[in-house]
Amino acid sequence: MALRVAEEWLSSCSGCEIAILNLGAGLLELLRRIELVHIPVLLDHKYFGPLGDGDPDHPDIPEAEVGIISGGVRDREQLETAKLMRQRCGTIVALGTCATHGGIPALINQSTNAELFERYYRGGPTTDPGPDPDQVVPPMLERTYALDEHITVDLYLPGCPPHPDQIAEALTALVQGRDPVLPRKSVCDTCPTIREGKGQLSQVARLVDSPKFDPDQPLSQMRCLLEQGLLCMGPVTAAGCAGSREMAPRCLSARVPCRGCYGPVRRQGNQMLDMLNALASNGVELGSLADRPGLLRFSGAHGRLRPRPAPRKSGE
Amino acid sequence: MGRTINIQPVTRIEGHARVSIQLDDQGRVTDSQLHVMAMRGFEKFIEGRPAEEVPRIVTRICGICPWMHHSASNKAVDACFGAEVPPAGTALRELTQVMAHINDKILHFFFLAAPDFVMGAGADYQVRNIMGIVQAAPELAERVVKMRQAGQMMLEKFTGKAIHPVAMVPGGFAKPMSDAERRELLDQAREQLEFARFCMDYAKENVFAQLDQAALELGQITTGFLGTVDSESGTLELFDGVLRLMKPDGSYHDFTYRQYADHLGEQVVPWSYGKFPYAKSWGEGLAMDLDNPKGVYRANTLARINVCDHIATPLAQAELEEFRANFGRPAQSTTLYHWARLIELVYACERVVEILEDPAICKGAVRRPVKPGAGRGVGCVEAPRGTLIHDYTTDDDGLIAEANMIVGTTHNLAPMNMSVRAAAEAVINGGQVTAEALNKVEMAIRCYDP
Repeated sequence: MALRVAEEWLSSCSGCEIAILNLGAGLLELLRRIELVHIPVLLDHKYFGPLGDGDPDHPDIPEAEVGIISGGVRDREQLETAKLMRQRCGTIVALGTCATHGGIPALINQSTNAELFERYYRGGPTTDPGPDPDQVVPPMLERTYALDEHITVDLYLPGCPPHPDQIAEALTALVQGRDPVLPRKSVCDTCPTIREGKGQLSQVARLVDSPKFDPDQPLSQMRCLLEQGLLCMGPVTAAGCAGSREMAPRCLSARVPCRGCYGPVRRQGNQMLDMLNALASNGVELGSLADRPGLLRFSGAHGRLRPRPAPRKSGE
Repeated sequence: MGRTINIQPVTRIEGHARVSIQLDDQGRVTDSQLHVMAMRGFEKFIEGRPAEEVPRIVTRICGICPWMHHSASNKAVDACFGAEVPPAGTALRELTQVMAHINDKILHFFFLAAPDFVMGAGADYQVRNIMGIVQAAPELAERVVKMRQAGQMMLEKFTGKAIHPVAMVPGGFAKPMSDAERRELLDQAREQLEFARFCMDYAKENVFAQLDQAALELGQITTGFLGTVDSESGTLELFDGVLRLMKPDGSYHDFTYRQYADHLGEQVVPWSYGKFPYAKSWGEGLAMDLDNPKGVYRANTLARINVCDHIATPLAQAELEEFRANFGRPAQSTTLYHWARLIELVYACERVVEILEDPAICKGAVRRPVKPGAGRGVGCVEAPRGTLIHDYTTDDDGLIAEANMIVGTTHNLAPMNMSVRAAAEAVINGGQVTAEALNKVEMAIRCYDP
C-alpha cells in the first residue's frame, strides 16, 4: 500500500511546493511509493465536493497517513485548514520556514492589522480608497503564527525553501517507518570559507559593495563574509541549504551573505539575540546594524516580532 | 430559491482562491466571483527596511516567479540610489530572469494546464493531473520532468539558488560568469530550444488542433492589453522596455515605468483581498459587465503577444506570424493564452541562446558599489503572469519610506472574474452542474496561470 499524503499551503508563496517538484526524477520515483490525495497545486480535490455543493462551513480533506503543511497561519480559514489537517492526518510535517518559524510573512507582525489595511486599501499612488474587504474573505488573525502555535507538529523541515534532499529524506523515512536524518549544525559548520579569528571587526557594513573574492577560485579560497565586514547570519542559522551532497551554503555560492532562511540552529533559538550576542562578543559596534528586528526576518512568529510603537505626532 | 456553488480551492494555480457561482431557482447563473482569499502585506512590512535588502525579501511574494520580483526590485533600488549597472551585470540579470521564464512556462503548460487537455476536461480528478500524465504518457512525462529539472539546475549551478534567488544585487550581479560556465550553459540552452520546438509541435498537434469553437470561446471576453515592448522597435521584451497599454480596438499608448500611476488605478472590492487594477487613463472607470466592460485590460502571455509589433528572434517571430494569421491582433480568445505561452517559451529559449552566444557577458565588471540615499525608483519586468511593477521611495538613509507594487496576476483579477462569469454561463445549463462543467470554469482561470 502506498503511503497516503495530503498537502496544504497556508500563508506562503508556493516556493516549498516548487521545491517538492525540484526533486525531479526523484519525485517520479517517490510517486511509486506515496499517493497524493490532496495537494491544491497539483490535484483537483475540493473542500466542498466535486459539485461545489458541500456545506461551506465544513470543508473536507481526505484522511492520510502524512499531512504536509507549508506556510504560517494568518487568517481564520488557514487556522481551520491547519486544524482539519491535524484531524485527518497521522503525522504532520511543517514544510518550510514559514510553517516552522513564520518566515518572511511574519515580518508583518511589526504592524497591526489596522495599519496594514490602511496602507493597502487606502494608501499608495494607484489605489482608489475603499473600505476593508469583509465579505466571503476570511478574517485576519491578529498576527502571523508558526504552525506549532496552533497545532501539534511532528516533523520540522525548515528552509526557504527546504532543500529537496531533506524533503526526499523525510518522505522516504516516513515510507520506511524510521526517523529521518536531518541536518543539526549551523550554516557556518557547512561553509568552506576561510575564517581567521575574532576581534578584527568593529562594524558591519550594509550590502552596498562586493566582498573581496577571486571568481576563478573556489569558495574555499574566499575569506568569511562576516570577517570581511558583511552581516552574515551563518553562525545563528540552521544548516541544510547546502543539501546532503556536501555543497556549499547556497547564498555563499552566489558570493552573498546568509540571511537566515533556515531559522535558528536550535528550533526554539532566537536568531536576533543569538546574532547580537555573537557580534557583541566579537567587539562589533551594534549601532552599525541597519535593521535589528530584520535579524528575525525568517523567524518573527512565536511572539518574537511585535508591532512597532506608533510614531509620535509632531507637537506632542 | 437560489443557491451558491463554491469551488475551493481553485486548483493547479498558485495561491488561495475561491469561485462562487450564484444560481437562481431555475438554475440560471445570476452572478459569480473569483475571490482572492489571502493577503500578506509586503508593501507594508518592507517599510523602514534598508532598500538594498528588499530584493532578497520580495522574492517571497511568489515561489514560482521569484526571479521576476528579484529583478524588478533590484531595478527599483538602483533607481532610488542612482546606481548604474555595468553592461555585463545587466546581461546576467536579463539572462537569469529569462531562464526563469523558460522553467515557468514548462511548469505551467505541462504540470498545471495540460492535464485538462491530455487527460480530458471531464476525466476523474484523480487522474486529471501530472501524476495521471505520468501514467498515461510516461515518455512525455519523463522528458518534461527532466527538461524542467535541467532548467532549474542551470540556474542553481550558476547562481546558488533557483528558488528565492540572491544573485542580483543593487548595482549589478553578485558574481561574474566564467567563459567555461557560459559555454556549458549555452550547450544546455540549445537543448532547451530544441525542447521548446518539440513542445510547440506537440501542442499544435495534440492540444490546439483539438480546440473546437466552444473551447476557443470558453471564458472569452473583450478587453485591452498591457505588456512591455522595446521603446524603438516595438518588439516583445521580457526584461526591459516601455509599457504599452492597448485598447480593445488595437490602438495603444506607450509610457515609461515612472508614468505607470498615471495610467493604472486599483479598485477595492468588498469580497476579495486582492485589489482590481484598471486602465485609469481611459477615463471610464472599471466595470466588469460582459457586454460593456470598462477599463478592463489583461496582462500575461496573450497580452504581450498582442501588444508587440514583432519578436526579435526568428523562430518565435515565425510563430507570431502564424498566430496572427489565424487569430488577428489583438486576439481575444482566453484559451489562446496557452498558445501565446508556448510562443514565449520559444522566444525565451532563443533569447537565452542569443545572450550566451556573446562572450561579452563574461567581460568587465558585473557590479558597482551603490550609495544608499533618498530617491524614488520604479522597476518593472514582464513576469510570466504579467507586468510586474515595484515602486519604492527611500529616505535619506536609504530605508524604504513607501512601497507600491502591482504584481502580474492582479492585473488579471477583473478579466478572470469576467471569464469565470462567461464560462459559468456557457457550461451550466439550467442548473445541470457537473464536475466537468465546474472544471471548465477553472480551465478559464488556468489560462491566465494565476
